Amino acid sequence: MEDILIIGGGIIGSLIAYQCSKFHCNVTLLDKENDIANETTMANSAIIHAGYDPEEYTMKARMNVRGARLYASLCRELKVDYKQVGSLVLARNEEELNTLRKLAQRAKKRGINTEILNRSELLMQEKNLSDEVIYGLRCPQTAIVTPWKVAIAAIETAMANQVKCELNQEVIAIEKMEDGFLVKTQEKEYRAQMVINCAGLHADDVHEMACGTRDFEILPRRGEYFVLSKDCAHFVNHVLYPCPTEAGKGVLVVPTVHGNILLGPNAENINEKENVDTTKNGLEYIRESVGHLVKNVPWGEVIHSFSGLRPASDRNDFIIEESRVKDFIDVAGIESPGLASAPAIAEYVFENFIEPKFHFSKRLYFSHRQKNIEIAKCSDADKKMYIEHNPRYGEIVCRCEQISVQEIVNCIKRNCGARSVVAVKKRVRPGMGKCQGGFCEPMVVKILAETLGISPLEVDYNKKNSPVLLAKKGEDE
Amino acid sequence: MKHVDCCIIGGGSAAISCAISARKFGVQNICIIEREAELGGILNQCIHNGFGLHIFKKECTGPEYAELMIEELSKYNIEILLSTTVLSIGVDKHVQAVNSQNGLIDIMTDAIVLASGCMERNRGAISIPGSRCSGVFTAGSAQRYLNMDGYLCGKKVFILGSGDIGLIMARRMTLEGAEVLGVAEIQPYSNGLNRNIVQCLDDFDIPLYLSTTVTKIIGEKRIERIELSKVDENLKPIAGTQREIEVDCLLLSIGLIPDITCLNRLPVEKDARTHSVIVNECNEMTLPGFFACGNALQVHDLVDYASMEGEATGRQVAYYLQEGFVQCEPRKVKAGENISYVVPQRLRIDNIRSDCKFSFRVKKPMKNCVLRIMADDQCIKEIKKRYALPAEMETINLEKEILRNEWQTLHFEMREVYE
Repeated sequence: MEDILIIGGGIIGSLIAYQCSKFHCNVTLLDKENDIANETTMANSAIIHAGYDPEEYTMKARMNVRGARLYASLCRELKVDYKQVGSLVLARNEEELNTLRKLAQRAKKRGINTEILNRSELLMQEKNLSDEVIYGLRCPQTAIVTPWKVAIAAIETAMANQVKCELNQEVIAIEKMEDGFLVKTQEKEYRAQMVINCAGLHADDVHEMACGTRDFEILPRRGEYFVLSKDCAHFVNHVLYPCPTEAGKGVLVVPTVHGNILLGPNAENINEKENVDTTKNGLEYIRESVGHLVKNVPWGEVIHSFSGLRPASDRNDFIIEESRVKDFIDVAGIESPGLASAPAIAEYVFENFIEPKFHFSKRLYFSHRQKNIEIAKCSDADKKMYIEHNPRYGEIVCRCEQISVQEIVNCIKRNCGARSVVAVKKRVRPGMGKCQGGFCEPMVVKILAETLGISPLEVDYNKKNSPVLLAKKGEDE
Repeated sequence: MKHVDCCIIGGGSAAISCAISARKFGVQNICIIEREAELGGILNQCIHNGFGLHIFKKECTGPEYAELMIEELSKYNIEILLSTTVLSIGVDKHVQAVNSQNGLIDIMTDAIVLASGCMERNRGAISIPGSRCSGVFTAGSAQRYLNMDGYLCGKKVFILGSGDIGLIMARRMTLEGAEVLGVAEIQPYSNGLNRNIVQCLDDFDIPLYLSTTVTKIIGEKRIERIELSKVDENLKPIAGTQREIEVDCLLLSIGLIPDITCLNRLPVEKDARTHSVIVNECNEMTLPGFFACGNALQVHDLVDYASMEGEATGRQVAYYLQEGFVQCEPRKVKAGENISYVVPQRLRIDNIRSDCKFSFRVKKPMKNCVLRIMADDQCIKEIKKRYALPAEMETINLEKEILRNEWQTLHFEMREVYE
């Protein structure tokens, strides 16, 4: 019997698992995918919003403000990138300027620094602003991270501290037993005293399995994005937001931790929970909308487009509560600012539901995660040392991002190791550059096959059963 | 720190020709840096015929062409670093590279030649809407999987783009037992060499759909279907013309772009039209002593032409190292009407020995046309052509004599003549 079973390995589930792993407890995390952080956490704006945007008296506001404050130290603990680049909310007329003033007041109340800048002050910070922009609200606290890397680092650390993580386990039934829950997947059964529902887009379905009722509905909202190559690294320096409206934060221009630029998202309510297609209309809408924020967009440098689903709910706020079934905790409807709120949500869930029930004792020996060796970022002396120690650090696979064979092997061999081409890409970035894997993907497939001891034909591109290759040459069916 | 006279980045046909010619013209210390375990570059995965007609006066396969080149190179005792990746190049001509045997390698050189080939445009570049399932490849990676690693990446294949690699792969995958359902080209004309259309599509009854493109990729895990649409004269999909085709693989052959990743941090001027560097009559970039040739400078139709450009560049490297170039304000060369680009983009007349070779492409297929080369307002050369195609690079040699006069800008333009 487990103490706690966490369903869903996105940023929320991962950080709750990480929080638990600091204590003596039995925790298992399940995910239906073949990798951690493969849905919403994999496809979003990657921003730690400072927290002035959500309405007063909402869980969103409370979690966002606290979460944003926890991030810098969390990323230090997890040894992942965190960059406080600051943000500008841009206004194009007097009415929007009023909105900026309201946001500034709200920010002040929440202890967040902001200042309103006029056009000439703005231009000193950002040279590619659209001619329409007349004022901007600058907030130095806004930061950027790589969301899936935060989740993966959290799970890796949790696993190093006795948390179990089982992938490819889609929950199909949950039974309330006298002493806890029986949770069934296609292959296995798990027993636990407490179940935490972090199933993201499927949180309403999982809730229904346990409670028999749909007490809330997840309403997927799709957002599409363009990615610009690293050649555009300084196209913008801040996160740029348009003035927020009823419809949300709008289409943004976002620098990423790795020096790319994200343009997006649009917001489209759709009925399918797995539909992460990009669309002609969606992408066109983004092209038009970013023109209100910036000019001279280097469209020729688009290297990728993708879409993600935000798990919005019909309650319009985060749902973080014990359900009608005792010890079944819902953490649902975590749409924007979910990423920014995640550490606060994990802390809240632990303090309000886990700690009062179990009173776990703190681990005296907590294993911290070993940082990945990244050859491209090493000093010359370190490069020499690593290559001398293991020559495979000197064999570069990905020329765009300068990634060696050994870095890929390492990410496969780690405790929550990569099992697909995309999982490798998430961890060490081959295929994230300009050639988009044109040169390195065949090598990555080969290294995955060799390291896992499987045939290249068994290597998946992303999800389970998404093979890269279909047949060996010269062999009939 | 090791010191050489000339460091050549890349080990394909242009690089090898450049090394040989530089040596023939007296450059002593030459070093070639190649990423792969053997020289030859992309030739090694091009196991089809049709290479070498111009250089070797016979028809070779890619690996055969490479072998002939490598054999020739081996006579010259030129240093070759294999399985070695260049990490950075400094303005001071400090090249840092890495391999598993020597670890970090620091080389100071007097001349650098970028001959690092090109890369394929991919799905990201044209933002095809739809699912991000597996089964979408560039034609070149499919070629690598098949010819180098021995795996087929699809059995029911559709190809977007009529670039040469796509056409070659249509035939290749058919011969390996895959079913190639068709090739779609967004332009109203094909982008491949005519001989490839005939030998790779027509001979195998593979249909070529012009003015057609893929407007959606459908599939949950692996690609299951694609949506094809006809496009109008502005290349926009026409509503109502969509149809779906069942496939398990989509290959993209939508163009090549020079791979100049190595130059990332260098202050060299670039040409948005070639997606490469701007060079002068010596194939020298806007930084003295930095040269470019082969597909890294402009994408060639035939490997023979890349070799020739390498050879010419090797000679210039020798001149640069031995005598230096005459420094004078370079004049500009520009692509005018119906011309998509011209290389070189800069001219310093005094460095031209007898004549200067220009390469360019037209923007659209043209018939009965006239190429005019204008020195400011004055036409210095006029050539009638029966036809010109974007898929075929045009070259012209201009003698120093006719370039000598006073002018600011040289314009290349192509116009159809109506009789």
